[in-house]
Amino acid sequence: MTDLTRLTAVEVARVVRDGEASAVDVAQAHLDRIAAVDDRVHAFLHVDTEGALAAARAVDEQRAAGEPLGPLAGVPLALKDVFTTRGVPTTCGSKILEGWRPPYDATVTRRLKDAGIVILGKTNMDEFAMGSSTENSAYGPTRNPWDLDRIPGGSGGGSSASLAAFMAPLAIGTDTGGSIRQPAAVTGTVGAKPTYGGVSRYGLVALASSLDQGGPCARTVLDAALLHEVIAGHDPLDSTSIDTPVPAVADAARRADVAGMRVGVVREFAGDGYQSGVQQRFTEAVDLLASLGADVVEVSCPHFDYALAAYYLILPSECSSNLARFDAMRFGLRVGDDGTRSAEEVMSLTRDDGFGDEVKRRIILGTYALSSGYYDAYYGQAQKVRTLITDDFTAAFERCDVLVSPTTPTTAFRIGERVDDPLAMYLADLCTIPSNLSGGAAMSVPCGLAPEDGLPVGLQVMAPALADDRMYRVAAAFEAAFAERSGAILEGVPAL
Amino acid sequence: MALTRDEVAHLARLSRLALSDDELDHFATQLDVILGAVARVSEVAADDIRPTSHSVPLTNVFRPDEVRPSLDPAASLAGAPAAEGGRFRVPRILGEEA
Repeated sequence: MTDLTRLTAVEVARVVRDGEASAVDVAQAHLDRIAAVDDRVHAFLHVDTEGALAAARAVDEQRAAGEPLGPLAGVPLALKDVFTTRGVPTTCGSKILEGWRPPYDATVTRRLKDAGIVILGKTNMDEFAMGSSTENSAYGPTRNPWDLDRIPGGSGGGSSASLAAFMAPLAIGTDTGGSIRQPAAVTGTVGAKPTYGGVSRYGLVALASSLDQGGPCARTVLDAALLHEVIAGHDPLDSTSIDTPVPAVADAARRADVAGMRVGVVREFAGDGYQSGVQQRFTEAVDLLASLGADVVEVSCPHFDYALAAYYLILPSECSSNLARFDAMRFGLRVGDDGTRSAEEVMSLTRDDGFGDEVKRRIILGTYALSSGYYDAYYGQAQKVRTLITDDFTAAFERCDVLVSPTTPTTAFRIGERVDDPLAMYLADLCTIPSNLSGGAAMSVPCGLAPEDGLPVGLQVMAPALADDRMYRVAAAFEAAFAERSGAILEGVPAL
Repeated sequence: MALTRDEVAHLARLSRLALSDDELDHFATQLDVILGAVARVSEVAADDIRPTSHSVPLTNVFRPDEVRPSLDPAASLAGAPAAEGGRFRVPRILGEEA
């Protein structure tokens, strides 16, 4: 019998629709896989067995009643633990939210449920999405299925690892500076950050509100595009949600043709700090796109060199404000309330105990950057750099339809390698941050294994805001040509 | 510009973080390095460049002013560390001298 966990989301949906397997069988196969391997990978913080089976039964009943099924009905999904799920624990990888069961669903959660997608559980992440390795989770790191001693990326390492270990064919991530794309790159999977405002942030626990964006993760570009269409679209509950039609990303992924498209190679994303095998696979990827008829040009985006610095002022500033809501009063942890201490003392003790190091660092840095007397020198200057980066993109997109780069400068590093060197950790997001600052769309698609370590390398495709379909078109064309030449990357992942 | 241990202690108080002495030492060193790295934004941020606070140009997003269902009090209080009489119960908020 077919191993249901090896199928793409499109194949799972077809199998369920045609009655070759029930949605319950599919869900159970994935729950069994989680039970068999997740003690080693630790992708999930919470497995919702009952909820998943109930959702699967509902799909089977719908089918039995002759009702039409959506394109992803019955497909299991791993949901990053930063989206609220009514009655199901939501921790954001933080001790401060341990045991919290939200009283409402995020818009993304609700849309997944309405589409008949089966939510298997909540995936591990760096605390409040701050990190590039999932080591900042209060519940321990997730391991990369390619090499259990290495990181699966972050902050959405649980979602990427669940895909690469065949525990789920679909996952949801959030991308503030690369937290969907970088994990996808280092696990040989696909991850897309939609245009800012494309996917509702209602019920997405906020890190940096002007940068945060939920998006799809999958093992194929078409699966990601179909999931994109399920979660995207205007939501009156998010005032920054864009009120325009969702780009036709699934059609673009099916079209998968780059002939005549202008592809820009960003000159600044190369050189010192880039692993040679990453450079090599990236160069080969560009050559492959050219062989498919793409018109490849080199472009310069000089201010991208300042993106990391601007990001690490803007993000901490926004997060220091957003995380003020964790005040030990209305939900979550409360420490030291002995009847004598004041609310302020209890708040300070709770936040020191409930937050991890990286969260504290960023809150303090943001508080500093927003302080009177320093605001102009730091936050104000960073906002100007944001304008310069957006202008660089605008100029580049006058000459190109999409831009490409390696998704990350290196392959997956070892667990523990960068944990006490914040700046080294921040470099993992060097190539992904500009799209967050500008608000454009960007995604990562696998482009091979680095020769020196045999670990996956990601190709990043960046598109202008609201042109998400372009990046899917290019990524799908690349994926098909690459598979024809070299086979599917994930065939090489260890069996566990 | 160097970020001193005393400044970090002050920022921690403003941030409502009761940091231990060890944490203060550790963070002061790390934050000083990070600040040194991010300060380079001033190299290119000239006076005549307008700041960007948000990538989507939206202003005044309105919705109809209609009564809609919301969480009931029990659901709102369900996750509270302490509740009493249908309200959030909090530690004292005034000082001894008040």
